[in-house]
Amino acid sequence: MSTITATLGTGRARRLRATLTTLLAAGVALGAPFYFAPFQVFQLTMVLLYAVALAGLNLLVGFGGQISLGHGAFFAAGAYTAAVMLDRYETGHLATLPVAAVGCFLLGLGFGVPALRLRGLYLALVTLAFAVFLPPLLKRLEPVTGGSMGLTVDKLQAPAWSGLAEDQWTYFVVLAVTAVALLLARNLLRSRVGRALLAMRDNESAAEVMGVRLSLHKTLAFAWSALFAGVSGCVYTWVIGFVSPDSFSFVLSITLLAGLVVGGLASLYGPLLGAAFVMYVPSVAQDISDAAPGVVFGLLIIAVMFVAPTGLAGLAGRLRGVAASRLTRTTPPAADDRTPDSEPSASPAPADPAPVDAEPVGAQPRTEKD
Amino acid sequence: MSAVTELLQQVVEGVGSGAVYASLALALVLIHRFTGIVNFAQGELAMISTYVAWQLVASGMSFWLALPVTLAVSFAGGMLVERIVIRPVQNAPELTMVIVTVGLFIFVNAMAGLIWSFTVKDFPQPFPDGGIDLGGVRVDWSSLGIIAVVAVVMSLLYVLFQHTSVGLVMRAVAGNPASARLSGIRVGRVLMLGWGLAATVGAVSGVLVAPVLFLEPNMMGGVLIYAFAAATLGGFDSPVGAVVGGLLVGVAETLAGAYVDVIGADLKVGVPLVIILAVLLVRPQGLFGRAAVERA
Amino acid sequence: MRKTTTLRAAAAAAAALLLATACNSQRGQDDKDAAADGACQGQQTTGITDKSIRLGGIYPLSGPASAYGTISKGVSAYFKHVNDKGGIDGRKVEFVVRDDGYQPPKAVEEARRLVEQEKVFAVFQTLGTPSTAAVWDYLNKRKVPQPFVATGASVWGTDGDHLWTSGWQPNYIAEARVYAKYLKEEKPKAKVAVLYQNDDFGKDLLGGFKAAIAGGGIKVAAEESYEVTDPSVSAQMTSLARSKADVLLNITTPKFGSQALAADAKNTKWNPLHIVNNVSSSATVLKPVGFKNVQGVVSATYFKDPADPQWADDAEMKTYQDALRTYAPDSDPANQFNAYGWAAASSLHKALDAMKCPTREGLRDAVRNLKDVKVDMLLPGVTLSTGPDDAFPIETMQLMRFKGERWQLFGKPVDTRKEFGPLAK
Repeated sequence: MSTITATLGTGRARRLRATLTTLLAAGVALGAPFYFAPFQVFQLTMVLLYAVALAGLNLLVGFGGQISLGHGAFFAAGAYTAAVMLDRYETGHLATLPVAAVGCFLLGLGFGVPALRLRGLYLALVTLAFAVFLPPLLKRLEPVTGGSMGLTVDKLQAPAWSGLAEDQWTYFVVLAVTAVALLLARNLLRSRVGRALLAMRDNESAAEVMGVRLSLHKTLAFAWSALFAGVSGCVYTWVIGFVSPDSFSFVLSITLLAGLVVGGLASLYGPLLGAAFVMYVPSVAQDISDAAPGVVFGLLIIAVMFVAPTGLAGLAGRLRGVAASRLTRTTPPAADDRTPDSEPSASPAPADPAPVDAEPVGAQPRTEKD
Repeated sequence: MSAVTELLQQVVEGVGSGAVYASLALALVLIHRFTGIVNFAQGELAMISTYVAWQLVASGMSFWLALPVTLAVSFAGGMLVERIVIRPVQNAPELTMVIVTVGLFIFVNAMAGLIWSFTVKDFPQPFPDGGIDLGGVRVDWSSLGIIAVVAVVMSLLYVLFQHTSVGLVMRAVAGNPASARLSGIRVGRVLMLGWGLAATVGAVSGVLVAPVLFLEPNMMGGVLIYAFAAATLGGFDSPVGAVVGGLLVGVAETLAGAYVDVIGADLKVGVPLVIILAVLLVRPQGLFGRAAVERA
Repeated sequence: MRKTTTLRAAAAAAAALLLATACNSQRGQDDKDAAADGACQGQQTTGITDKSIRLGGIYPLSGPASAYGTISKGVSAYFKHVNDKGGIDGRKVEFVVRDDGYQPPKAVEEARRLVEQEKVFAVFQTLGTPSTAAVWDYLNKRKVPQPFVATGASVWGTDGDHLWTSGWQPNYIAEARVYAKYLKEEKPKAKVAVLYQNDDFGKDLLGGFKAAIAGGGIKVAAEESYEVTDPSVSAQMTSLARSKADVLLNITTPKFGSQALAADAKNTKWNPLHIVNNVSSSATVLKPVGFKNVQGVVSATYFKDPADPQWADDAEMKTYQDALRTYAPDSDPANQFNAYGWAAASSLHKALDAMKCPTREGLRDAVRNLKDVKVDMLLPGVTLSTGPDDAFPIETMQLMRFKGERWQLFGKPVDTRKEFGPLAK
């Protein structure tokens, strides 16, 4: 009897803790724009929108085990969809979101078909080629895209009833989009699609034997992932109000992948950490060395990978593991027992991200070897 | 000039740039064979090696003395990079290693700019000026020289991979480091050797292309993309494939850029993409690569 | 036990946040922009006092365009030099440089940082068309001057909605007009082959050239573009050689400029008159190709090239060389981009001197009201002139031909405003 109450107690405590964490996070997220200066709010906005793209990439790379170096191209497609719609057809901002999402989903489906055949390295490099090809293509389609001068469009404006400044309004809109996107990503992973992806990543042949339809799920993973990148790009246009082909060079694609790996693969809040890294660290690098920020930035990437080979999210998990084992010496740390593969579907505490990113070792995507 | 000689001239041009791509692709293939990763910093390491050669020549050393010194420095440098930068993440997921090479790319590029500035440097041309005229088609000595050196490097790598014990050991390591270690191979040394050799091949590439492309910190950035294309097309584990891939990419994009008006010079970069996609859909392991056998 | 700890932690955190919001919010400060009184009543004096003036600049110190980052060193060296001599009208200049890596979103972030956190008086330079286009709406809405942007796209000076922004260097169309005028006089029936960079710079120059030769006997026989990410332009040069044109117009940035000059020199069967655009005309671009290979090449310029021996005894050039050695010892004084930054900074000095009110409005008006202002780093005969509708300070260039080891200026400075009229909006 006493054991049962104890179990119930810990279960309830856990749930409570999770709820509190969520509430706190929500409170901080909602309060931030009233505390920080407008340009810091702008930085937070950019972190949120990059996090959407990284969450999409995470579906593909972290959970699907496929590498894409071309997500900058999907991001660009979303951004240009929004910009062209705003510029030529003067649709409202909101109308551009579903179009960009569906458009990029279809584009991703198209790319998912060759992705079926290609694995690891080869897929990565083909997608990279796509990212390299896109800027000149955008320049060529000058009548629609404005060519190399790009397009300047209206940014989001705060409606009068809100009483908010432009940066605050933009922040809240992006926050809403990001929250929905991250929830969607999480639910996707707990659905059949997510379980199939994980099974495939860990052992493709076994998954197939167990009846996972490889081709369908691989293609779908690519499409969903492109959708997220497209949504992120669309929101980018709302925030920046300017698109040009050279803004979306292949460097963006590589930055996105680097951000994801630095943040933590196969982790739910890794994308947020990665986005923050991509956003803040270049400025930090310049504060350290005015002469050559690139030197510092490169070193910081390497340093983070040394300290946290599985990404910043993994680092948090490991630290927690260490802390937990210090606190409760007798019982082994719970975080270490969990495997990322079985948890998402079994986890009873939806708000606690810990189970999924506790140990993303299985996240290692396989490249082809002889 | 007849249409045919014009066409041939463009082909020669394409082979010339293809050889440039192939030279770096060889280094990429080498590192991939040894370590199983794609090294984004390969081009930048080659660029730094080229600066070393330039610095030596600028300080009065003769080119032919500077060259072996540069190659030796690059070999040592490559091994050092493996030891300092790659070894600590040896057991991390492969993508972590790839991102470390991205960090290395950014670092090396900025470092070169800091040391040597972004001003274009002239690099001594090892091959004679001018060229030969083959029935109206002009072939530069420099292009011929690059092709010859690339062919030699390719043959050496082929021999290394197929006919030496190092090749065997290397394959064991790249295939499965854990079992290689169990069977007594000193994995760390093999990987250092791989990085050193790749850096040396990269240095050859940099020294070859610098007189044509002009030396500056971003010299190899553009080449790297095409070298990736070449290696992907040829198969990432075959030196012959890298060279054939490079030449195909060079010729295809030059011809398409010059003769297909819809494509033009701006979109010619898309041509290799289409070829790669087409080839890979038929042969996912590249033209010359071997299909991986997967143990379930 | 655990429950209460968590609860307490959460409560503490929330309280801390609330407290911070209440006492120490970082918002709101930014509305307290200072205003002047007296004759300049109501105008903004943010970033300027009797003793100091705070300026910002956004440059690509990292990333693919970092070659241009050194412009900021020329600018900084100039302001440090001026500060040591007492400052501008008694005001010491603080110049805050931020890095945008040539990425527009980063440029937006840095512009906001400069305006909202650093509280600069003006964003003196933004480099490159994409970055400038991304921030100019913001800066104009905030009524922050954006004088002398480091890009030659033609929109900066013709747009009536962005009165706080102005160009500086001759816009690319003006430069194209100079070459067109020269060809009309020298080779009125010329067939021209054009190599251009496929971006705003190349397109603007090529478009301006085509417009300027329209209706005459000069024709564009072939045009080939390249991307900045391309490794080389040799294939394009082979294609252009097929055209057998009499003139090659080389619209490239430095590395590609060297490549094109070398490819032209190597091809002995095709010997067009080679016109290289100003960006690639520095001696640092020609020297690697070999001076013997670039004899007779034509270009146009508006400021003194520090790598050119003809300015070795020039007083301003000496000041520049000394200042750079003192204040930016790690940069190369022979690099033309340093001199470009120096010249732009001294132009701003003149504009600041001309302000009627020491306010942002004062600078905006001064920048649009320059009348034949002489700047020592600019070529003799090239001066700054603007008007209410004309935000292109420099529209005069002089042609030059390479001979021996230096450029030789020839003809009179060409004022494209007089020759071709103002730019169409």
